[in-house]
Amino acid sequence: MKERVDILKCEVHEEENPYVPERARIIRKYDLTNDVRFFQVRLCNHEKVMEWTTKYKPGQFMMLSIPNVGEAPFSITSTPTRPGIFEFCIRKVGRLTGKLFELRENDFVWLRGPFGNGFPVEKMRGKDLLFVAGGLGAAPLRSVLLYALDYRERFGKIYYLYGAKNPDEMLFKDEFFGMKERQDFDCYLTVDSDPTGEWPYDIGVVTTLFKYVKDIDVENTVAVVCGPPVMYKFVVQEFMKLGIHEENIYMTLERKMKCGMGKCGQCVVGHKYTCIDGPVFTLWDVKTIRNLI
Amino acid sequence: MRVFKMEKGNLVPFLRSLEEFGEVWGPVKKGNSFVYAHEDPEKFDLSAIRTLIPAKKFFLPKVATILKFKNGAWTDNRECKKRVIFGLHPCDLHALNIYHEFYTRIYEDPYYTSNREATLIIGLSCLPDDNCFCNLTDTSTIEEGFDLFFTELDDKFLVWVGSPRGDEVLAKRKDMVEDITQNDIKEYIEWRKKREKMFKVDLSFTGLPEIVSASYDSDIWDKMGAACLSCGTCTMVCPSCTCFDVEDEYDIRNDELNRKRKWYSCFFREYSMVAGGHNFREARAERLRLWYTHKLVGFMSEYGEPACVGCGRCVVSCPVGINVLSVVRALTGEKNDAFWAKTEVKQL
Ligand SMILES: Cc1cc2nc3c(=O)[nH]c(=O)nc-3n(C[C@H](O)[C@H](O)[C@H](O)COP(=O)(O)OP(=O)(O)OC[C@H]3O[C@@H](n4cnc5c(N)ncnc54)[C@H](O)[C@@H]3O)c2cc1C
Ligand code: SF4
Ligand code: SF4
Ligand code: FES
Repeated sequence: MKERVDILKCEVHEEENPYVPERARIIRKYDLTNDVRFFQVRLCNHEKVMEWTTKYKPGQFMMLSIPNVGEAPFSITSTPTRPGIFEFCIRKVGRLTGKLFELRENDFVWLRGPFGNGFPVEKMRGKDLLFVAGGLGAAPLRSVLLYALDYRERFGKIYYLYGAKNPDEMLFKDEFFGMKERQDFDCYLTVDSDPTGEWPYDIGVVTTLFKYVKDIDVENTVAVVCGPPVMYKFVVQEFMKLGIHEENIYMTLERKMKCGMGKCGQCVVGHKYTCIDGPVFTLWDVKTIRNLI
Repeated sequence: MRVFKMEKGNLVPFLRSLEEFGEVWGPVKKGNSFVYAHEDPEKFDLSAIRTLIPAKKFFLPKVATILKFKNGAWTDNRECKKRVIFGLHPCDLHALNIYHEFYTRIYEDPYYTSNREATLIIGLSCLPDDNCFCNLTDTSTIEEGFDLFFTELDDKFLVWVGSPRGDEVLAKRKDMVEDITQNDIKEYIEWRKKREKMFKVDLSFTGLPEIVSASYDSDIWDKMGAACLSCGTCTMVCPSCTCFDVEDEYDIRNDELNRKRKWYSCFFREYSMVAGGHNFREARAERLRLWYTHKLVGFMSEYGEPACVGCGRCVVSCPVGINVLSVVRALTGEKNDAFWAKTEVKQL
């Protein structure tokens, strides 16, 4: 066949393809609970390490994949203020996460991202911050919490309230116990019940910790809640009682995601694409979009 | 816009000459419907109305390997093919414009873009049948999104030039076209008047986004949900449906892994499942509501126009008569022949 005239273009610029994942190495892993594992990974391409690990925002997620198994979204639990690595907390629930739990240190995973809107860290500047986490919600919340602590002078008062089912279900226990010693912000931890009898802090659901929240400037407070959706209603009620405005209350939501870029449509709710319009939404968004929670 | 005229006898030689740019595809009859085929242009059927599967398949194929994994690395597997596609009607072009906006916003989808850059798009006028309603969705004429557009008058075509590429194509074929005269324009205006009178669907689309939004709790969604087969046909044939799924597949013969993306339908059950087994829209009724809300309301707020282009594909394809027309009729309380609208649904 004749050579075709070059008016139609067929060019491939590989470096511009956001579907192509980068290889990363698991450099550390350990169990946080009996089904949640901490993974610290580092990109194999050294030239990309700093760029990738300084440019994301707390609250964003990466698409993580294992060849022949699949790809799924996971919140980045580390903070861009401590670059060089990405950290994830992953609960074993199915095929991909199951395979992930079989990997050892030095094995590879593949990453692309970051995706999602992330927390409004610029808008938070100068404000009092009230963070509330439940269960695995501590994963995305830890990123913004560490970020705020690393830029401590940029924010007003900071409260961190975290609740888990029992002491064994609490993520990053050592790290959060250490935070309780800090004088420059308030960290409160609770468990629904304590079969061990050795839990040193509060017992009760996470909303019971609101009694410690004092002297915040509600007109100038940003509140964030991350956890299982069933918990949102009760935490939001507490936020409302305090008088925090709907547009200053943020939450993260989960949907099935296949692209992270607003294309595959699997994360659609109403006219929102959770992957690009979220996963962080304000209470106002949640109230106006049916089915969001 | 620049416009020329072409004698009818010149069309086939003109289209044949375009093989120099890429494969020339056009509509041909297959059974009771039309499909795009790479055939000699003489076989193209100028009276074709809607093809069974819309032209979106050229830009987002039903199944495509997007990445390959071999020797420990992923590589881009873009396979763009140079093509000339002839015979897209105004509704098809409006749908492609929606596709373009969608696949290039925020993140540019490189597979879409490559395919688009490799495709010359030649539109063709049409006369509506009983199921066309692009006049109601404001998509019966088209100003952009094509390289060339042919309007078929009694004894000639008017050829509208929509892009520099189209201009270049014509420049090299000046002997096949002529300048238009005042008389040609008159003929064109007459033709348009005739065409406008041919639309038969009698329904109002005004205020639709508000109506759909306000009908959130209407029982018509339950009635439809009871009738819907979850077959996904409506999403496959709809030219403005964009969803896909991604899966890895191992190819034993070549010892390589293919990451594939496939058309996906929000009418399939797994859609909207999240880890933990919680299905946010368990009932089919919910999925129908999602689709129609997304199609008629969602795009409105995002792009200022509904995503339905009035092509009528869902009207002729859904086995149980669920389609934009029957749904709008049900929502606006108009007479509705669809059987599901007459059923009684027990509330659980
Ligand atoms: C923005 C975002 C951030 C996320 N961040 C995190 C994170 O930081 N950490 C994290 O662990 N997860 C996170 N997830 C969830 C994570 O993406 C899913 O857990 C993951 O996709 C599961 O993949 P899988 O292949 O292992 O599961 P699959 O094989 O797809 O299986 C999961 C499916 O199987 C069923 N299933 C599996 N296990 C169970 C079970 N125990 N009970 C009931 N049904 C079950 C469910 O229907 C579920 O849909 C996030 C999701 C989103 C959208
Ligand atoms: S909803 Fe139906 S009529 Fe509208 S564009 Fe889709 S298939 Fe065509
Ligand atoms: S084509 Fe009809 S029956 Fe099939 S999924 Fe769509 S609405 Fe349901
Ligand atoms: S994950 Fe693909 S559109 Fe959101």
